Amino acid sequence: MTATDRSTATPSLPRDLVANPTLSRWVTVDDDGTIGVRVGKVELGQGILTALAQIAADALDVPLSQVRMLRAHTTDGPDEGMTSGSMSIVDAGPSVRLACRNVRALFIGEAARGWDVEADQVTVEGGSIRTADANRTTTYGELARRVSLDVPVSAEVPAKIPGGPRLVGTSVARLDLPDKVAGRPAYIGDLSLPGQLVGRVVRPPSVGARLVAVDETATAQLSVQVVRDGSFLGVVGADEAEVERAVRTLRRAADWDEADHLPDEDDLPGYLRAGPHETIPVVAEDRPQGATRRLRASFSRPYLAHASMAPSCGVARWETDGSLAVWSHSQGIHRLRDAIAQVLDLDVSSVVVEHAENAGCYGHNGADDAAFDAVLLARAVPGRPVAVQWSRADELTWAPFGSAMAATVEADVDDTGQVHSWTYDVWSQGHTSRPGSAGAALLLAGAQLSTPLTIPAAVDPPSSKGGGTTRNSVPIYQVGPRRITGHRLLETPIRSSALRSLGSFFNVFCIESFMDELAAEVGQDPLEYRLGRLGDERGRAVLERAATASGWGDSTPEDVGRGIGFARYKDSEAYCAVIAEVEAGQEIRLRRLTIAADVGQVVNPDGTCNQLEGGATQAASWTLKERVRFDRRRVTSDDWESYPILRFSEVPEIGVHLVDRPDLPSVGAGEAAQGPTAGAIGNAVAAAVGVRVRDLPLTTEAVVAAIEAD
Amino acid sequence: MTQQFTLTVNGETVQVEADPDAPLLSVLRDDLDLKGARFGCGLGQCGACFVQLDGKVVSSCDTPMWAAEGTSVVTVEGLGSEGALHPVQQAILDEQAAQCGYCISGVIVRAAALLETTPSPDADEVVDALDRNLCRCGVQRRIISAVVKAGART
Repeated sequence: MTATDRSTATPSLPRDLVANPTLSRWVTVDDDGTIGVRVGKVELGQGILTALAQIAADALDVPLSQVRMLRAHTTDGPDEGMTSGSMSIVDAGPSVRLACRNVRALFIGEAARGWDVEADQVTVEGGSIRTADANRTTTYGELARRVSLDVPVSAEVPAKIPGGPRLVGTSVARLDLPDKVAGRPAYIGDLSLPGQLVGRVVRPPSVGARLVAVDETATAQLSVQVVRDGSFLGVVGADEAEVERAVRTLRRAADWDEADHLPDEDDLPGYLRAGPHETIPVVAEDRPQGATRRLRASFSRPYLAHASMAPSCGVARWETDGSLAVWSHSQGIHRLRDAIAQVLDLDVSSVVVEHAENAGCYGHNGADDAAFDAVLLARAVPGRPVAVQWSRADELTWAPFGSAMAATVEADVDDTGQVHSWTYDVWSQGHTSRPGSAGAALLLAGAQLSTPLTIPAAVDPPSSKGGGTTRNSVPIYQVGPRRITGHRLLETPIRSSALRSLGSFFNVFCIESFMDELAAEVGQDPLEYRLGRLGDERGRAVLERAATASGWGDSTPEDVGRGIGFARYKDSEAYCAVIAEVEAGQEIRLRRLTIAADVGQVVNPDGTCNQLEGGATQAASWTLKERVRFDRRRVTSDDWESYPILRFSEVPEIGVHLVDRPDLPSVGAGEAAQGPTAGAIGNAVAAAVGVRVRDLPLTTEAVVAAIEAD
Repeated sequence: MTQQFTLTVNGETVQVEADPDAPLLSVLRDDLDLKGARFGCGLGQCGACFVQLDGKVVSSCDTPMWAAEGTSVVTVEGLGSEGALHPVQQAILDEQAAQCGYCISGVIVRAAALLETTPSPDADEVVDALDRNLCRCGVQRRIISAVVKAGART
């Protein structure tokens, strides 16, 4: 988008409509009445397309069954940037609503012209367009050919209708689940395009390894084509078994030059603190002299894997005219398109990327990289689509990780518990290396080509988008003058990028753990202590709701502890409080999570609850179990045994309570529970065993070690 | 290198040409166009590719074709039909017990097998049965509740 576009646009249009003002990019109406809605946000299993369909159906006054959500597409659909940061309902919701109201107004106008009545005499109900006296009726389908949607959207649409929302606010069932539950094709790995070939990449054994030599004749007996460009090595063929055999053969026939350059996995805080860093000042207030009592603590978390259930997959086809079609489960198909064009020096207009779903990704996993792998392999077979399927090991070792983090917090507190100063430093790698970040293409295979791409260290989103390392690093509580600083590591061999909630998960864990330490120092109840320093009314309501629902204050057995975690995501979005109940018997067992949240107007209550439950369960898995493992050369956690996640036998019971605010704007729910869950579990463990563990994950072994050291 | 194999899939006898070492999962997905069993790990560790083989739940990703010869295979597609979903499938929809849905085929196959032997399982029995199924979206609690309800209904 150019500066001119911005300045001439009507200011009241939502951002994504300013960038994509033509109605037909968003909405198409077929003769049979089907209304296609195409957004730039993508389904990741979070149910966003169902929520947006609810908004569209209400704005058009049609039944939900008349709306069909279409796949995001770089040419046919709007560019709405990334599907990330819990921003989809914030970005796309108002855009879809206004675009659909425009469409409704155009169809009403056309009907009124045809009937020679005033537009205000025409209404729409249940998809039926009719005069107020209902003597004349028509439908969207019947008028479809007479109404052009190739027109700019207008901010000046008559505010709609008595009656208000019908579907918004209700728990509409997910539109995409019936296919998935029946086992029908639904994911990118289920695509079977005409002439589709199988592609596999022989990834290096370690990060930075260089392919010295490979005997390509080793595969001469197999019907496959070997593709090599520098250290990028891959295979294309028609038969999967043959291709897999070729991969195994090439792996044996390849000679790699490797080096030991990974950090010591047992001293990640030391590694992160050593630098060099970019300093990110968040708040710099002066600390008063004459401190009363000063408390200090340090925390850490390891690298975490996205660990999608489906290894990444990409499909690409080079057309004979040199243009390129790509199918990807990327969270940002436009950024991916631009990056591919940049690396291969193509005109952006000759690259088309269409979204195809895959399993939940929870951030920047291998999706974009697998798409680029497919592009490189498909170049060897023009006209034929090539589907590249990553292995489980590829996904767990080559997809970017959520960065390891370390923090030190220091506070001055008096006997009443009042905090007179708060100093917080957090060290981390950057939290985004998505294609296009820092102006670089950032596609994995790019670094392996004979003319390699430079892959800079991950950066952080700007503070206006919540930051990365420093996301949620400012306590929501009154803690006196604050000095809060982030330190982003600038050089590292480990690729890090966005993992659900970015730095928020860890920062909230630290803040909430330390709040309990302060409360304990002055002998106060953790809930009362927080409420005593929390002015925000919405926040108080959420915290109190969670406490009441969980039975906070009721007595518990001796080996059971309860803990609180609370935050407002990105300081400006969803409020979420979590109460955890942990049993410390032979092992640490998370028994229950009680969650309360305020996400503004709730579009789909059950969908919101599902996101909060899932987010909390996943955060519990990070908190209790997860840690990327490596030696000084290779990532060694490459399957589900070496990278265990929470199993059915380990998931807690969960209760979710929404504080509905129908008059306030909707905000996303998908990341709100991450940090509060970690804080709550940490505090519950401390309450159960009487010793605080500040380094994640809180495995039974780690807790036992802390008790023994105490 | 390929060989002919005969097996029963969802009640129909099929003959396929395949490499004896090829995983059953590939044959189901690529040769028989049954995409319901999903590829999750290829290691028999996650359950996304679960099918019933002669009534026993197995990972189809590490079941070679030579071991599938002559067996009767039931995939998620064979459990229910359009308009007549298996009770577990219906309960998963009723409870909205999925997010991305990638693990759900394998979960349904495993849970359906549980209901064969234990028609009305309690939550603990469901948890035991599903402990080899991984779910990354964190929908386990909903799934447990859905399977218990499916059992209560049958």
